[in-house]
Amino acid sequence: MVKKIILSAAIGIFFLCLTAGCANVKEYQKNKINDAEMQLNSRKVGITELNFESYREGASGANAGKVGGGCGCN
Amino acid sequence: MKKICLTVVGLYFWLLSAFAQQYNVDTSSYKNQNLKLSEMDIVSGYFNQDGDHSAITGGIGTQKLNDVSNVLELKFIKQNEINNKYTWDFEAGYDHHTAASQAYVNPLGTSRPWGTRFYPSVNWQVEKNNGVTIGVGTSLSTEVNYHSFGLNFSLGKTSKNKNTDINFKGQAYFDQVVLIEPTEFVPKPVESSPSTYTTASGNIVTAGGGIIKVHIPRTPRNTFDGTLTLSQIVNKNFQLSLIAEGIAQNGYLGLPFHRVYFNDGSEKIENLPSTRFKLPLGIRMNYFLGDKIILRSYYRYYVDDWGIKAHTASLEVPYKVSPFVSVSPFYRYYIQTASSYFSTYEQHAPSDTYYTSNYNLSAFTSQYFGVNVRITPEKGVFNIPFFNMVDLRYGHYSQTTGLQANNIGINLRFK
Repeated sequence: MVKKIILSAAIGIFFLCLTAGCANVKEYQKNKINDAEMQLNSRKVGITELNFESYREGASGANAGKVGGGCGCN
Repeated sequence: MKKICLTVVGLYFWLLSAFAQQYNVDTSSYKNQNLKLSEMDIVSGYFNQDGDHSAITGGIGTQKLNDVSNVLELKFIKQNEINNKYTWDFEAGYDHHTAASQAYVNPLGTSRPWGTRFYPSVNWQVEKNNGVTIGVGTSLSTEVNYHSFGLNFSLGKTSKNKNTDINFKGQAYFDQVVLIEPTEFVPKPVESSPSTYTTASGNIVTAGGGIIKVHIPRTPRNTFDGTLTLSQIVNKNFQLSLIAEGIAQNGYLGLPFHRVYFNDGSEKIENLPSTRFKLPLGIRMNYFLGDKIILRSYYRYYVDDWGIKAHTASLEVPYKVSPFVSVSPFYRYYIQTASSYFSTYEQHAPSDTYYTSNYNLSAFTSQYFGVNVRITPEKGVFNIPFFNMVDLRYGHYSQTTGLQANNIGINLRFK
């Protein structure tokens, strides 16, 4: 478990380094970035499927879905 | 019928007046703005499933279930003289489900096979002009067998060029599990009464048809969650976010109406550890390919101390048919290993300390595919002002356990 946490942290740091080389995108250049379909969060209409995925599967989290409360499913 | 028409007309005019304020632009010196309704979302969904591994009947038996959910969300904003933006988010949800297996809390199949859940929440957030965002919120959820109270706070910072955003969110849920047990485990108040049985809400029905309301004890379940999210615009067409989350649970983590049958023919209620730690790590990457196609991808790695490891990968490809209409086919693949505490029907040994036959904790793969259609006409849906968007989504879900499900959702947005 500890090894996995360390590995995960290393991967996270790797991605941070990767994104350090990102372009400085000005506000007037963000017409595509600001498109509704480009948003990084889940669609609101997908709330019901996030719910059933957390109820019917063992994994949860890292997707803005339920991690507690709710139906009491384990 | 007249009442429904009048209600719809009344709602229409209320919406017009609520959103009309944004067109009264004051070009003189700054005046303190009142809180105004900026967005209203109505989300409804219908879900049905079927399978043959109900945990209520020990890992065998029907999993037929239907669920209708409805959520109303109202977002109010206010901006002050130094451009701090305040947001109040009010949400209320109502679900109703029918589950064939729920009838078998009583082995005769006479327990109530339906339930309802109500879940309101309030969240407040301030986005300061220096890029710092602070938020707090609270939530409730209540149904016959489960009650939840949640708190959350968040702290975020956006870079000066607004290309990088880092956010931490902490959540805590203080829940109560109502210990409704299968009838055969509940001591009968009247000896040798074959017509006496326990309902799914825990009441006793006597031989004469009378109902004895029994005080059913509750036991706590607590969940503590911390989520760190880093979002980064990489270039004009590409942005991504990294999500790292840690979830710690303690208390009663099983469900009191889940049966387990052992290899010696005996039967008990499932017994699971009183602690659980989960570690999901996710990445989202969205890329605008050309002028009409977007690639929305997601991957999650999950591990917990109950022995479950899982991978989730999904891809959604919105195609912009026009500036106002997009069609998005999607596909999701999921695979998990079994929990250390899971065995199938009559496979657990009586000497096992922890045991469950809940197939949510078994080894399986699942696939989910479907299509999303989003319509955002310039002049409003059906030319109705402020009726900003319709988002319609359908998907079919299947597991290698044999569980099959369908989900359809709709989001109506007014702003």
